[in-house]
Amino acid sequence: MPAAAPATSRATAAADPPVLRVAGLGVRFGSQQVLRDISLDLDAGQTLVVLGESGCGKTVLLKTMIGLVRPTAGDVAFEGRSLARMNDRQLAHLRTKYGFVFQGAALFDSNTIADNVAFPLREHTRLSEREIGEIVGSLVDEVGLPRSVLAKKPVQLSGGMRKRAGLARALALDPQLVLYDEPTTGLDPIMTDVINELILRVRERPRVTSVVVTHDMSTARKVADRIIMLYPLFRLRSDEPQIVFDGTPAELDRTRDPRVRQFIEGRAGNRLTELLEEQGLVARGADEAVDEEDPT
Amino acid sequence: MASSPAAAPQPALNGWLAGMVANLGGFAMSSVAGIGDVAIFTLQTFGWMFARRQRREVLLPSFYQIGVMSLPVVALTGLFIGMVLAVQSYAQFKALGLETRLGSVINLSLVRELGPVLAATMLAGRVGSAMAAELGTMRVTEQIDALESMGANPIYYLVVPRFLGCLVLIPSLTVMADFMGVLGGYLYSHVLLGIDYHHYWENSRAYVDAFDFLMGLFKSFFFGAAIALVSCHHGFHCSPGAEGVGRAATNAFVHSFVLILVLDLFLGIGLNNLHDFFRPEGPRKLL
Repeated sequence: MPAAAPATSRATAAADPPVLRVAGLGVRFGSQQVLRDISLDLDAGQTLVVLGESGCGKTVLLKTMIGLVRPTAGDVAFEGRSLARMNDRQLAHLRTKYGFVFQGAALFDSNTIADNVAFPLREHTRLSEREIGEIVGSLVDEVGLPRSVLAKKPVQLSGGMRKRAGLARALALDPQLVLYDEPTTGLDPIMTDVINELILRVRERPRVTSVVVTHDMSTARKVADRIIMLYPLFRLRSDEPQIVFDGTPAELDRTRDPRVRQFIEGRAGNRLTELLEEQGLVARGADEAVDEEDPT
Repeated sequence: MASSPAAAPQPALNGWLAGMVANLGGFAMSSVAGIGDVAIFTLQTFGWMFARRQRREVLLPSFYQIGVMSLPVVALTGLFIGMVLAVQSYAQFKALGLETRLGSVINLSLVRELGPVLAATMLAGRVGSAMAAELGTMRVTEQIDALESMGANPIYYLVVPRFLGCLVLIPSLTVMADFMGVLGGYLYSHVLLGIDYHHYWENSRAYVDAFDFLMGLFKSFFFGAAIALVSCHHGFHCSPGAEGVGRAATNAFVHSFVLILVLDLFLGIGLNNLHDFFRPEGPRKLL
């Protein structure tokens, strides 16, 4: 299957222009190429899940979508407007249409939860403090946090509560595009499902488009309309595309691509041997020798 | 073939030389890039300082941290500088029978040099390192990215309040250090060394004028700006992890300290020339 085949069953795609278009994107940090020739269109209302192992460039891709990382090649366009051609003021205005949920929530340590959630409202609206207070209250209700957390500092909250407070802050300006960076990492299975449910509820908002970066298969299967899988560049030949899968969750389960199957089945394969070889702790080719001795 | 063993060291030497030149070039390139980076950071800070008015609730916590929290340590520093100057100068002046001139040398040294420089050094350690560590932690935990992702400018929110705090309050703290140093020098000289207070103050008044005090104060504005910009820049460009934050805090202090010394030298030369220009008769001789 299927390297970079477009997902099917998106009837609205042809009618509306994409909310976000990534074209020929490349990102390089010094001598290290992280992303190469990534192209994808994101349709309004769609929830895209980006899968991939650690270090494959998922978070970098997410940050280029909002302009936090500048691409070294290609372009990202939101509603047809190129991010690269925007000045700082235009980019700041554009970001009011985005909500970004960070991996560690990234709440401001020195502020209370109320001030954190109110921050985008104070920055970009002329609402009174009373109106801001009401919106902040309804946002914390929406993510299932008690109102008592509003007066607390982020360090006084559990990991799950911080993530939900981060989601409340991301939703404050009623964004069109919500980006989630590993929203369930480090959470227990119940809280993971709570976050999944919240992502689904956010998706129900009118024309909210979401991109979820994760390596949690339960999250991917539950929230995705469309899944892409990125592969680390150093494991690919120069002519192979970095998106090794692009399809629906059902297509993901049917794929026979060994790289994708290894990921979704969570098999180490010979990765440990490769890592030990890279560090010089095991002679190169040791795994092949073991394989030959082991008839299974 | 017989000559090949003798010729062998030449490529090695060339390789070593080439490596050295490459390292030197790399160092020069990274230094120029670093200076350019700080210059852009400084321009952005000035741009945002005038582009949009700061909110009181953002400004006050920075001012409190930089000014109020530093007051005790700066006062203590000033007090001890004054006393130490008295201790070190007394024996020399006594040998010449000029103990009553102690006030002039203590107070002149204090307001021109030691007050501003040592107060700035103390503040580079207390305030500069703390700012670098705080901003570094915000960088590592993606709080700075979060600000940007919400369409807010991190320089406006994080750097300008700290810059203004240092610019306004480090000169104010320098005045405090000067005052406590003058007090410490007098107390030690009068109470413990028994120098007559009338002559002590009379000599101080005769040899220390407003220019000396203003010279120290003028330098402290530059020290404050240097501490804020260097420390915030290190915080903003912090490497990941606890080690990165630690390195940012250490480098913030070391680079601020070096910059304070360099600025002190050049501002000292410039201000002395200015003094000579306006008062060609020159300073009064101490001895």
